[in-house]
Amino acid sequence: MSAGVRDAAEGLPHHAGGTRAFGWWGMVGLIGTEAMLFGSLVASYFYLRFTSGPEWPPGDIAKPELGLVAIMTVVLWSSSVPVHIADLGIKKGRQGLLRWGLAIGFLLGATFLVMQIMIEYPQTLEEFSPTTNAYGSLFYGLTGLHGSHVVVGLAFSLWTQVRAWRGAFDERRHVTVQNFAMYWHFVDAVWAVVLVTIYLSPHL
Amino acid sequence: MATLAQRLEAMWAERPGLGSWITTVDHKKIGVKYIYTSFVFFVLGGLESLLIRAQLARPNLELLDPDAFNQMFSMHGITMMFLFAMPMLSGFGNYFVPLMIGTRDMAFPRLNAFGYWAFLAGGVFLYSSFLSGNAPNDGWFNYVPLANKEFTPGPNIDFYCLGLIFLGISSTGGAINFIVTILKMRAPGMTLNRIPIFVWGELAMSLQIVFALPALTAAALMLELDRKFGFNFFDAAEGGDPVLWQHLFWFFGHPEVYIVVLPAFGIASAMIPTLARRSMIGYTYIVLAEVATALIGFGVWVHHMFAVGIPALSLSFFSAGSMMVVLPTAVQVFAWLITLVSGRPVLKTPMLFVLGFIFTFVIGGLTGPMLGLVPFDQQVHDSYFVVAHLHYVLVGGAVFPIFGAFYYWLPKVTGKMLDERLGKWSFWLIFAGFNLTFFPQHILGLLGMPRRVYTYEAGLGWDGYNLASSVGAGLLTVGIAITALNILRSRRRGAPAGPDPWGGETLEWASTSPPPDYNFETIPRVHSREPLWDQPELRRGAQPVEAGAYALDDGHQVLSTSVVDATPQAVLHMPHATAWPFLLAIALTALTYGILLESPLLSALGTVGTVVGIAGWFWPQGETQET
Amino acid sequence: MRALRRGHKLRAVGAGRRAPIAVLSTLLTAACSGPASMLEPRGTVAARVEGLWWLIFWIATVAFVVVLGFLFVAVIRARRPDEPDRSSSPSGERFVIASGVVVPAVVLIAVFVVSVRDTSDLARAGRSSRLVVDVVAHDWWWEVRYPNGGVTANEIHVPVGEPVRIRLQTADVIHSFWVPRLAGKVDNVPGRVNWTWLQADRPGRYRGQCAEFCGLQHAKMEFVVVAQPASEFAAWLNDIASPAQAPTGVAAVGEQIFLGTTCVGCHAIEGTEADATVGPDLTHLADRETLMAGAVANTRANLARVITHPQAVKPGAVMPPTDLSPDQLEALLDYLQGLR
Repeated sequence: MSAGVRDAAEGLPHHAGGTRAFGWWGMVGLIGTEAMLFGSLVASYFYLRFTSGPEWPPGDIAKPELGLVAIMTVVLWSSSVPVHIADLGIKKGRQGLLRWGLAIGFLLGATFLVMQIMIEYPQTLEEFSPTTNAYGSLFYGLTGLHGSHVVVGLAFSLWTQVRAWRGAFDERRHVTVQNFAMYWHFVDAVWAVVLVTIYLSPHL
Repeated sequence: MATLAQRLEAMWAERPGLGSWITTVDHKKIGVKYIYTSFVFFVLGGLESLLIRAQLARPNLELLDPDAFNQMFSMHGITMMFLFAMPMLSGFGNYFVPLMIGTRDMAFPRLNAFGYWAFLAGGVFLYSSFLSGNAPNDGWFNYVPLANKEFTPGPNIDFYCLGLIFLGISSTGGAINFIVTILKMRAPGMTLNRIPIFVWGELAMSLQIVFALPALTAAALMLELDRKFGFNFFDAAEGGDPVLWQHLFWFFGHPEVYIVVLPAFGIASAMIPTLARRSMIGYTYIVLAEVATALIGFGVWVHHMFAVGIPALSLSFFSAGSMMVVLPTAVQVFAWLITLVSGRPVLKTPMLFVLGFIFTFVIGGLTGPMLGLVPFDQQVHDSYFVVAHLHYVLVGGAVFPIFGAFYYWLPKVTGKMLDERLGKWSFWLIFAGFNLTFFPQHILGLLGMPRRVYTYEAGLGWDGYNLASSVGAGLLTVGIAITALNILRSRRRGAPAGPDPWGGETLEWASTSPPPDYNFETIPRVHSREPLWDQPELRRGAQPVEAGAYALDDGHQVLSTSVVDATPQAVLHMPHATAWPFLLAIALTALTYGILLESPLLSALGTVGTVVGIAGWFWPQGETQET
Repeated sequence: MRALRRGHKLRAVGAGRRAPIAVLSTLLTAACSGPASMLEPRGTVAARVEGLWWLIFWIATVAFVVVLGFLFVAVIRARRPDEPDRSSSPSGERFVIASGVVVPAVVLIAVFVVSVRDTSDLARAGRSSRLVVDVVAHDWWWEVRYPNGGVTANEIHVPVGEPVRIRLQTADVIHSFWVPRLAGKVDNVPGRVNWTWLQADRPGRYRGQCAEFCGLQHAKMEFVVVAQPASEFAAWLNDIASPAQAPTGVAAVGEQIFLGTTCVGCHAIEGTEADATVGPDLTHLADRETLMAGAVANTRANLARVITHPQAVKPGAVMPPTDLSPDQLEALLDYLQGLR
């Protein structure tokens, strides 16, 4: 230490992770407010469903097809595993686990997104679009909002990976990794809500 | 060897000059920018209200055409809520929360800077709508289907939706910043039950923003999708429902009232013990009441919708909820009152504003539960009775404390006292003008005058009250102008404030006026709820390290302390001044205009700029803590 | 309250054009009287609500006086700054709980019970009605339909002393149906059918107005409820469902002008081929007191302006101007003014 005053701070860690880091709390706040954003749309979905007629989806729209979505779900949720391994790894200083965990998580997330945009949407768009009726608006609005979060998560992942490969993180400094992991798990968790709301609830 | 103060100065001072005005991340400079910018918007919102009152002074006037009138009352509401009250209270919070909890900055200084620029950009964006004569014109509540493309084809409502989404980013960032700052940066020893009530108020406000604002953001997003891309969320003919908008809007809109009044109550709670020369009686109850208000506030929104045709059972439920919210409010009012009468109040200008606040707010607080009674609400809903009620609540509950804070706290900011004589003139004009403006509006409502009418006919018994109301608005304006002049005047001619002009009990008074860049020479260890009344060493300058204070003088550092007990846990390194938050706000502005104008070029530029802005922001720089 | 009642008379005294006195007397006397005052109810629902209002008004007044007392004591105890009193005050804290929680809770529960009882009593009373009137709100006027096929606009006739149910719908945006002296408001919401009811206890004309902001001419969207003795109402109802007397002379020319211009694109007149429903039904136009939902009185000159310059009478109204020669206009006016 330089010519500083000797105070009790000398015994304290610098660059703390976990709940000592402001970033952890900031990410909790962000996730809280984002959860309410999804909550508003989910509430809107059920509100419109129960104020509309007995037929749901309305018009000639078929109930959501579950096969493809089951695969997408498996792909997306499995991405949380390598991300979690990366997060745990860097806390022990394991750079390899960090780098490969993030990379595999990224590939799985990207696969989900590609499936949504290239396979699912072209199929559903043949049947209905956001402008068809309120059901269409809700379907694309909620899945689109989730998809946009996957995009942000992937960008966040890329950023974290670039820094990981440049060796920016170690067992003491890894708040970015920790925050990315939290965000990614949140995006996966929200998918459960989207899945139940959009895909499963019409079958009930 | 340099003194401690010199070393801290070297680490915390930002380079002077115009550039630093853009790049600063100092919570005090940002707080001041918030306060003055939102005051400018307050003046603009006030001018709009003066036009409204001029148009309504007499029956059948034609000063404003109907569309201009609608734009005025819409922008008045939007401005006062989103561009005045929220940022003004964020401004005071920005400046005083770190000082009151004994730290050197906010948890996320760059997010703080960005919050200000996004607020300014969002405000300018909304006001730019006047350039084409297309300001939002469907009220701050913006009900569909009137706000749909079919009935409002111009860009008015696009300004509304995009502007509010933009401002929402700013408020949400600010709220998260407050929460983390308050939970994690308190001086050692400032346990939860020693947090100043103002800080509790900012915390309650922030939690409400985090959990209520997304409903508005979602609603604005859905409406913009309806308008720009033909979605059908709110179109009854296509399975949507206009009432859904009302649910989403008021799920946010009612907590918004508490977002505005809870921190303002906090201002009053900060002033009362100091100026009544008495420890606050019922501190714990006040804090519990603020938290309870914040929670119950989420369960009352339907009382804005009693005339919509909602089943009677749920009306009763929300009616009961609206009654319940009276209790925590009454607890606070009586805690203030008992503290005042058992103390020895000093009748300086800030105390006058506190007394005026209690007087006016209580009237609004008494008409509030009336509006929670379904049959009575169905009579006065959307009448001038409600206009009177909400102004008693919001002007009484927020503007009076804010003006009190100008007199009480600006001396800390500028080092100069405001003039007492001008202050008293200003108070009495504001008090008289306010009551003359709004009290008659209760009667207008009872006489059947609906809200949001651009004119009315003679012979309905409304003329005299409207004229009185308009005259009152003039008085109110003069009173406000006197305080504005007083603030300007004090900068040159105000008496020196000294560190503690009021004999306060909270930590902001331990610092000089204005405080140094690093706030406190040492981060003090706190032993009570009223550290300055309890720890005389705090009034004599920095608490020595031997007494448990922290110097943190070998870097641009702050303490991270535990949430409940404020035990030091870590030393964190804070970011330095940077232009990236400013540039990011510019890029987002370009993106917002791009969407508004449906310009692919501008949208693309804005998107690229946003990505570059975020990357630049987070580009690693030396010791800075990672976020 | 006595002062308020007395003020009513004082106001009449000061009704001259001497502005300062008029202002002063109006201010001081706070007259709660007027053609749309909910404190002068003339209907079952509004009367019940007025009772509730005075209950909560007096409770609020007492509470406010208590607060004022505290503020007064605070002011007279004011001193120069001195050392702060640091003592805790258990009795003060007990006071906070008693006056902030216990007392208001008891009072609020009582008021809530009264209010819920009012709501349910009123809902029950409304169910006994035999007459249903359809009211469809438009930008910016009210379409009124009776079960016998009678159609009119901006005026609703009801029999005195009988509950009348009103079925509320809208043709465009949200509006709100409000007759302060008879009953509270209920919204007209797209995609929904809302119900309200009212009962006038005395014959008279009661002012109603749209209470939900609905755009440019929200201010000029009035209507009137005309309460008549049962026999008069029955006659009116019979009359409204039948065509007006056939025009003769110049008025017959006017009818042809009406049918030959853009008028027929929007308006209906019973007994002719005009049957459009975009604008108000004009079958008995001459019987109405105002034009354009209360924008102007129903006089010949105003009617002429409405036809030739509707945007000057009510800017933003859906009605387009009609270009007519002076002779044509006079004939048309003769015709329209004969629609009784």
